[in-house]
Amino acid sequence: MRAVRLPVVTAVAAAAALTAVTACTAKSDAKDGDAIQVTAADSKCTTSTKSIPAGQVTLKIENTGSKATEVEILFPDDRIVSEKENIGPGTKYTLTAEVKAGAYEIACRPGMKGHGVRQKLTVTGGSVAKRDPKLDAAVAAYREYAQEQADATIPKVETFANAIKAGDLTAAKNAYAPSRVGWEATEPIAESFGDIDPKTDTRADGLEKGQKWTGWHALEKALWQDKKLGAEQKTLATELVTDLKDWQKRVGKAEITPTSMANGAKELLDEVATGKITGEEDRYSHTDLSDFKANVDGAEKAYELLKPVAQKNDAALTTELDKQFAALNTLLDKYRSTTTSDGFVSYDKVTKDQRKELSDGVNALAEPLSKLAAAVVK
Amino acid sequence: MTETPKSETVPQKSESPSRRSLIGWGGAGLALGAVAAGGAVAMTRVGDDVDPAGADTGAAVAFHGANQAGIATPVQDRLHFAAFDVKTDDRAEFIQMLKDWTAAARRMTGGHAVGDGAYGGLAEAPPDDTGEALGLKPSRLTLTIGFGPSFFDHFGLTGSRPDALVDLPQFPGDNFDKSRTGGDLCVQACADDPQVAVHAIRNLARIGFGKVAIRWSQLGFGKTSSTTPGAQTPRNLMGFKDGTRNIAGTETDRLKKFVWVGEGDNSANSAWMTGGSYLVARRIRMNIETWDRTSLQEQEDVFGRDKGEGAAVGKAKEHDPPFLKAMKPDAHVRLAHPDTNGGVTILRRGYSFTDGTDGLGRLDAGLFFLAYQRDVRKGFIPLQRRLSATDALNEYIQHVGSAVFAVPPGVRDKDDWWGSTLFSKDAKES
Repeated sequence: MRAVRLPVVTAVAAAAALTAVTACTAKSDAKDGDAIQVTAADSKCTTSTKSIPAGQVTLKIENTGSKATEVEILFPDDRIVSEKENIGPGTKYTLTAEVKAGAYEIACRPGMKGHGVRQKLTVTGGSVAKRDPKLDAAVAAYREYAQEQADATIPKVETFANAIKAGDLTAAKNAYAPSRVGWEATEPIAESFGDIDPKTDTRADGLEKGQKWTGWHALEKALWQDKKLGAEQKTLATELVTDLKDWQKRVGKAEITPTSMANGAKELLDEVATGKITGEEDRYSHTDLSDFKANVDGAEKAYELLKPVAQKNDAALTTELDKQFAALNTLLDKYRSTTTSDGFVSYDKVTKDQRKELSDGVNALAEPLSKLAAAVVK
Repeated sequence: MTETPKSETVPQKSESPSRRSLIGWGGAGLALGAVAAGGAVAMTRVGDDVDPAGADTGAAVAFHGANQAGIATPVQDRLHFAAFDVKTDDRAEFIQMLKDWTAAARRMTGGHAVGDGAYGGLAEAPPDDTGEALGLKPSRLTLTIGFGPSFFDHFGLTGSRPDALVDLPQFPGDNFDKSRTGGDLCVQACADDPQVAVHAIRNLARIGFGKVAIRWSQLGFGKTSSTTPGAQTPRNLMGFKDGTRNIAGTETDRLKKFVWVGEGDNSANSAWMTGGSYLVARRIRMNIETWDRTSLQEQEDVFGRDKGEGAAVGKAKEHDPPFLKAMKPDAHVRLAHPDTNGGVTILRRGYSFTDGTDGLGRLDAGLFFLAYQRDVRKGFIPLQRRLSATDALNEYIQHVGSAVFAVPPGVRDKDDWWGSTLFSKDAKES
């Protein structure tokens, strides 16, 4: 967590700017003739038309399957234009959205998870901003990765919260670092929403006046420093799960662009440089290396998805980045441990000289990584 | 040119100095003091591509020349010195970094921004130059590179380590902080504006990430010596005049004799050093508070000169030749004087430093001593051996950081680069 940061949306590149769209969901009286009929089954998703004019679009959805489903209109980069969750088996719903010209997809997600079943939808009329399909694919894949990370986090944070509610200090300590991994890997996305990070990942010194201290680090202090779990901590644990479920639901709507992905990767290294190297992030548990690794993994994922484009524009840069990611991962591997629950040595055991070496490794990677955005939009 | 001459200071040419006074003992002596002679202020360099210029104009110092700038060129007011460790095993990559560094140094010493500048590029990418020197004058920025003994453990260069680049022996009283000692290479940035010097080191460090990493660095102010004797004599933080008779940039003969590595100095393994020099850097902490509580008489006895005028014991003027035997046997100036040391002379370029206070509320301050010489074995080592054994000043100072570097010859022209003589000698690179 950082006290002050720019949300990912500020990094939107003009060259890759998303088509502006106002989306809304509402019951609609649109006549069936103008609407798109969507039949959502357990393994199929059929739509009555593949092309419509820009403007108000109406989806008449019917769930003919056996599981609750979710239907979405998606941008080419998988950002959600409009969605309806939890459409029960045998029920109908009408979804509307204001849509500009461009290429979209309609997704049905039986069971409300995964990539879903997709249909193309072309919205015609007006001018369409030119977009590089390769970059759209990279953004879509990154969003999917972020969603997977969020989805995988929920059961882990529930394990953590349940241990706290059961008053089990040891189990809660063991579950703390693993519950953070998915969050740390995709932190710029979570932070782009603005309101979630202050509730979940604020440190004691990052609190604003009057702000109640909630989230992971308040519980970290209770576990490692105060060594007691009371009613207050149980409430905090419940709130943490609620807040993270909110994050899980909103990943699909995060504004992500190729340059914000690239700069998000660099920001993950910034997180390492300012919070983990110093040992400030997990000052009670000293599980900083687990966060460190998650930050690097998340950055590497974004980089790998952008690499095909970046390589074409600046091959020397991608060669350097490959080398430096490998070097930093090798360095981190020196601190693996089989005796800790998060798989890394406690950061208070890492000497000053070793921290310097880690810091040098981070600088060696972060400097070329700061040039990735330029290589992507060139 | 250079510093504004003060009429009340040095009567430069009013008498013809004897050789003895020329090689005179220095201002505050060796560890803190000067060992040099007077001379004219003008200064020229071989192959200069920029006019040498003074502080008042803020102009540029020539980057190209037979020797690196920042040694015999007029001393600027501020310092940012950085020692780096090598972080790569890839020789080609390191050579490329030296070329990139040279290109950046060439631009920055000329008063230009690095690369494509600090603004106007892609909005999504960080600019090449960090920007804090925009609108500032070149401020006589000089950048000087050196290679430490440990550097030659890299890139298969063991055989190229010069014999004269010895590891300094441990002297009595040395108390080194490991985090302020050693380094594979160094860059000395001197400028009249501290922001210009800091900008230079910051940008070189940035270019170097992944190839080198800063091991330690030191900021300095208030030059404690001068290579232009016409300038006002600086005082060190003990309040004594210092560097009154350093070797001047114009004293070609003495530079050749004491500072520049000559062709005949080298065995084949270090022929690449011809035209270079050897640098000793020492962080000398002063016990400021105890010094300030010391009586004036003792202070003057410790140095062997008076505090006001700076004259040697029994003399009237700062530049009067000293009579060493009039001083106490352990007086700093007496021990540091070339006559006490078989004529040993070095060129000093030290700066005062103050890094705030230590945890005990004491001023963390002293002298960042920088000395250039033709051979460390004949320069700093014998001098420091004598001083560390008996100098009265030792009660008030402690050497807390130390490093030694081989400073290669100058970058000859726009196609040349720092370290080219070293790396080109086995013809693997050009």
